[in-house]
Amino acid sequence: MSARAALAIRRWTPLSVAAVGTLAALAAALAFGPLFLDANALDRLTTLFIYVLLATMWNALAGYGGLVSVGQQAFFGIGAYAAIRLSSFGVGVYPALLLGGACAAALAYALSGFALRLRGGEFAIGMWVLAELLHLLVNLDRLIQGETGTSLIALNAFSPEHRRDYNYWLALASMGALVALVFALLRGRLGASVQAIRDNEEAAASLGVRVLATKRILFVVAGAGCGLAGTLYLATSISFQPATYFGVQWTAYMIFMALVGGLGTFEGPILGAIVFFLMESFFGATGIWYLVGLGATAVAFALYLPRGLWGTLEERFGLKLLPVGYRVAGAEGDGPARGRT
Amino acid sequence: MARASEQLPGDRSILAAEGVSKRFGALRVLEQVDFAVAAGEAVGIVGPNGAGKTTLLNVLAGAYAASAGTVRFRGANVTSSGAAERCRLGLARSHQVPRPFGGMTVFENTLVAASAGGGLRGATACERALDSLELCGMLRLANRRAESLGLLDRKRLELARALATGPTVLLLDEIGGGLTDAEADELVGAILGLRERGIALVWIEHLVHVLVRVVTRLVCMDAGRIIADGAPEAVMADAAVIDAYLGQGVA
Ligand SMILES: Nc1ncnc2c1ncn2[C@@H]1O[C@H](COP(=O)(O)OP(=O)(O)OP(=O)(O)O)[C@@H](O)[C@H]1O
Ligand SMILES: [Mg+2]
Repeated sequence: MSARAALAIRRWTPLSVAAVGTLAALAAALAFGPLFLDANALDRLTTLFIYVLLATMWNALAGYGGLVSVGQQAFFGIGAYAAIRLSSFGVGVYPALLLGGACAAALAYALSGFALRLRGGEFAIGMWVLAELLHLLVNLDRLIQGETGTSLIALNAFSPEHRRDYNYWLALASMGALVALVFALLRGRLGASVQAIRDNEEAAASLGVRVLATKRILFVVAGAGCGLAGTLYLATSISFQPATYFGVQWTAYMIFMALVGGLGTFEGPILGAIVFFLMESFFGATGIWYLVGLGATAVAFALYLPRGLWGTLEERFGLKLLPVGYRVAGAEGDGPARGRT
Repeated sequence: MARASEQLPGDRSILAAEGVSKRFGALRVLEQVDFAVAAGEAVGIVGPNGAGKTTLLNVLAGAYAASAGTVRFRGANVTSSGAAERCRLGLARSHQVPRPFGGMTVFENTLVAASAGGGLRGATACERALDSLELCGMLRLANRRAESLGLLDRKRLELARALATGPTVLLLDEIGGGLTDAEADELVGAILGLRERGIALVWIEHLVHVLVRVVTRLVCMDAGRIIADGAPEAVMADAAVIDAYLGQGVA
């Protein structure tokens, strides 16, 4: 009994409290970005925020929920398409962009009953097929003019300077809100349940986990996040070509960021998004060689650092800045290191 | 052959399979099985490999849908409810081949059970999770990733997780195999403790000498049917049981 009484559950550490505080301060400082950053920096950061959002969503799905989707571009594309449609109906352009994310969430909900019954590879490929189907359906809309595409012309009502600031704020707020939401969800009851489903669905069910309902929450949140990313991308580029938005490369980027950063760690994919962003900034103009470089990097990580950058740091040094798990203080290995043999 | 279900009126049973059959395609694994457990009772199930013991447990727990027949739990017909729902009603089980949540710590494994199955929140859920780990002698390993555990600890974790759901009936599938005598004593002690708390037990085990230290009733299955059901000594002395099961190694 004495051993038992000495135990306590620890979730925050001084380091992680400091990290969250720093991140909050950084986000607050970034909110004033348009006051002190030049146009190029604002544009680049807007892109980075979109990448962080995408990487966090894919990681939540695959890293925590075991839902490896190759079709997240479905939500990216539908979010952008919905924004264009809503705008054509007379909805204000920025509300339409936000509602585009909500439409993607609604689509995720509608698809979940079917998609989430698929497992493993079937789910991965099934999502890709769904994305292709949605791509074809969107092409049927006259407004879109097939693969020629269309533009969110209502955005032209704003001057380029205003648009840049608004897009930046929208991207920062979307990223901040969704990353915080996913963090809160993963720290809560949902987090333990989705990881249990990821590791063994039958065992999770045998312990009372409502498998479908639990996966659905994650799937809908990820749909909303990817949809918002799509509307944000639309806000920055204005033009909408279905093949671009529904392209599987978006999911490839998400996978790259999550794998390089560290799948199944909360911090990793954020780091992965920064790596991806830097690679794109420096090598993006080199065309085919950039893509070769991305592929080679992904392969190198898969072979030599399968846990990704952050996953490796976490394993070596027990670093946890944004902990979603639990440590039992007083039990063996309650120090920072993960208890691996 | 005395059938315990005759001695046990339906209204006293907390968990019952009535005329349950299970087929996998053409393979008939359970044939018209009637099996009931009273509140707080401890029943052992033995039988040769492939007799259908695990399948019966899977049908009781809701992991498999019965091909025919009815499953009742705490007075309700649960035949069509899933495993998760039955668990939340108080029916927990362990797996013959352990199914740990490998990427989570041992503590987190039991916490999922306490919160999802036990319906507990926050600190109460944590307490329940720690209590069940303590009972299974696993507190020391609380921070270990479950994928790093050896087979014996995985089996202990199966038990700890099932307990953390706060069951009224616990279905155990071969959690004693491979234990040393001292470890078996420990396990028997822990399980007797569960009985004192009023938890009913259904325990599948090939180690009959361990089983009889806990159970008051023994069921023997063979080829998808219950061939004997009653007091352990009587079942062990049953000619059909000796022929089908004990004869293999004992005689
Ligand atoms: N999911 C399944 N699909 C097909 N056949 C199955 C399935 N599960 C079990 N069986 C078959 O059903 C029969 C009974 O299996 P079961 O696991 O219930 O036996 P058991 O009594 O638990 O045996 P053991 O003592 O070896 O654990 C076996 O022939 C097995 O191959
Ligand atoms: Mg078995």
